[in-house]
Amino acid sequence: MTIIHRFLKTPEGLAGALLLAAFVLVALAAPFFFPRDPLSIAGPALLRPFQDWSLPLGTDRLGRDVLAGIFHGARTSLAVSLAAAAASIAVGAIVGTLAGFGGGWTDEVLMRITDAFQTVPGFLLALAFVSVVGPSLGVVVAAIALSAWTGPARIARAEVLSIRERDYVASARVAGMHPLEIAFREVLPNALPPVLALASVIVAQAILVEAALSFLGLGDPNRVTWGGMIAEGRTVLRSAPFLSIVPGIALVLTVLGVYLAGEGAVETAAKRRSLA
Amino acid sequence: MTPALNIHRLSVTYRRDRQEVEALSGVDLDVGAGEKLAIIGESGSGKSTLALAIAGLLPASAKIAGRIEWPSLGRPPVNGRDIGFVFQDPSASLDPVMAVGEQIAEVARAHRGMNWRQAYALAEELLARVKLPEPAALRKAYPHQLSGGQKQRVAIAAAIAGRPGLLIADEATSALDTIVQRDIVALIRQLVDEDGTSLLFITHDIALASEIANRIAVFRNGQLVEAGATEALVASPQQAYTRLLLQAHLGLEETVR
Amino acid sequence: MSAPLLEVRGLGKRFSRNGRPVAALNGVSLNVAHCETLALVGPSGSGKSTLGHAILRLIEPDSGGISFEGQDLLALSGGRLRAARARLQMVFQDPQAAFNPRATVAGVIDDPLRIHGIGSRGERPGLIRKLLERVGLSPDLGERAVHEISGGQRQRVAIARAIATRPSLVVLDEAVSALDVSVRGDILTLLADLQREENIAYLFISHDLGVVRAVAHRVAIMDAGRVVEMGEARQVIADPQSATGKALVAAVPRLRCGISTENA
Repeated sequence: MTIIHRFLKTPEGLAGALLLAAFVLVALAAPFFFPRDPLSIAGPALLRPFQDWSLPLGTDRLGRDVLAGIFHGARTSLAVSLAAAAASIAVGAIVGTLAGFGGGWTDEVLMRITDAFQTVPGFLLALAFVSVVGPSLGVVVAAIALSAWTGPARIARAEVLSIRERDYVASARVAGMHPLEIAFREVLPNALPPVLALASVIVAQAILVEAALSFLGLGDPNRVTWGGMIAEGRTVLRSAPFLSIVPGIALVLTVLGVYLAGEGAVETAAKRRSLA
Repeated sequence: MTPALNIHRLSVTYRRDRQEVEALSGVDLDVGAGEKLAIIGESGSGKSTLALAIAGLLPASAKIAGRIEWPSLGRPPVNGRDIGFVFQDPSASLDPVMAVGEQIAEVARAHRGMNWRQAYALAEELLARVKLPEPAALRKAYPHQLSGGQKQRVAIAAAIAGRPGLLIADEATSALDTIVQRDIVALIRQLVDEDGTSLLFITHDIALASEIANRIAVFRNGQLVEAGATEALVASPQQAYTRLLLQAHLGLEETVR
Repeated sequence: MSAPLLEVRGLGKRFSRNGRPVAALNGVSLNVAHCETLALVGPSGSGKSTLGHAILRLIEPDSGGISFEGQDLLALSGGRLRAARARLQMVFQDPQAAFNPRATVAGVIDDPLRIHGIGSRGERPGLIRKLLERVGLSPDLGERAVHEISGGQRQRVAIARAIATRPSLVVLDEAVSALDVSVRGDILTLLADLQREENIAYLFISHDLGVVRAVAHRVAIMDAGRVVEMGEARQVIADPQSATGKALVAAVPRLRCGISTENA
């Protein structure tokens, strides 16, 4: 309670929380406000915004409702970014813990693999992966996680290296605990907080990568995505710029919200530490 | 003899998790000029808070009531010039990226108006006084190159570089092994005797206190339990708590006699 | 005379410091008998703590042998080593650091019971309550987080965890050094009671000769990775033969002009 209170007291935290709340509400409310398939035709093509109040943000080249697209696109962005962040943090934390706790050859092999992934530009990796496997929501999530797990892995490893020298790890060994149980029950939970601090960066990155993949036509074709909408509007950019601008604004606000909330969380944690 | 400092009804309160914690309550205590006073107590006794309060090193959030007066000074004390402080952990109190000679010289420059050349000469002199080998070469050494005991000697040299009237040693030997502790205690006693410095020696070890101090003050839960001349306090403690501390002490006394 | 409980033979361990090898243990040999308290004393850097860690296989010695209950301890690995740990336990100096910051009192005592299969899931809470009572704590303390209780209580919990698997040897690594003197006496009494009733031998690592004299049967004095003197505790402390022994005895603070405080 007090932590949430303190979080909302930081200006970044408050702004971020408001933007994120709006984003999540929009995503959750989509099927209630727009029960129809957002890819279906809703009215005349290329209707400008604020003309017809049943279609407040107008329609695209095929007469699809732009506002319904924004709502349903938020759903895709939310699902993809959360799943990708969860997957990359889970994979990163496990790899980092095994490398840091195992040491020796395990560490050497796992960290060289991490290096290899880090040297390839993340977006290129995702692009290649989707083009080979074929676009679908799961593949997009996997593609983003593939490029984002290295950061959590490095941070988890550094944290584990310091924790494994602590007395309570020695105490667990003396009790006869299995090394894997020590790694995942005693060490990992205490190594997690700094890794979780990366979550906001990864979520923001995932939203952008997903949009970029969709923009290039490598998103899930059966779902509305903001990136896909921007790409769609590109062909009529001169006559109907709003088709690209509206999803663009949604994208910017969401990423901004995630970053601000992350900043607020870091600020709150730092204040708490200085108070303790 | 004018006392070096008088403490009147000193209370210190910390705020922790919206609760007020009284670390010291209504403490009256004098430190005589040239006196060696030991403050003993267990964890939570307030002995370190007292040391920090005298040196003006309490955190800003602490509430302080009562007075600390310096009659022989007639002005508020300045750390380094009037008070020298030796902490428990010398690795934390010395600057890891500054040569030890420079750290000592800096104190002398700041508080004794010396130029760098004089200050370096003094630093070398002080390193010899705290019985470190080859002071001319050691002056350029960094803390990580020294052992725990050597670092504590450097910290002591820095603490006395401003020729303070009061030296506070807060558990200054607790992190050292007994053999090194013995040497450091002997060194502190010799230095304060030679310079006529008052000493506030804070420790949890009543036997160690009795070896260095002429007077012992016993603290418990932020209050002064009793204070008295070392011999009298050890031989005939007035308070049950002091008797308990003396009984709990495990020494080698039987073999000494 | 039966074989000793623990037999350490010519144990060696080198660390590399700034690229130079430093001998932390340099051919250490000693025995601990059943139900005996052997104190290990020495200045800092003498290797006493390294030896304690090596006996528990927390660090691997380079040479020498350790035989425990007739078993070659250094030959064990994996599951067999973990099983052997039930008989060989340790209590650390700082009870705060020796517990996972997230742990509860019941959780840390449950660990060894669960790992070594002592009691079913349903029986263990009862065993934990009994162990808490055994070390002089209220059985209701189990629900509390380890960081909420006092230092003395925490060290009692550490002792309960150590004796949960009925070990025959417990290494006490400066186990009472961080405690207030008024608490220390009670913990020493508890350790002595446990030794008598549960037949536990202690390897008591300490820098405090006053405490050693009060609790140990025999003492081994270490310096620079070697045992330089060993013998009956009171005798060695009364009349040390080695230079290190003499220096350690001379360095113990004496109560000046004090009344006799003997209470042992």
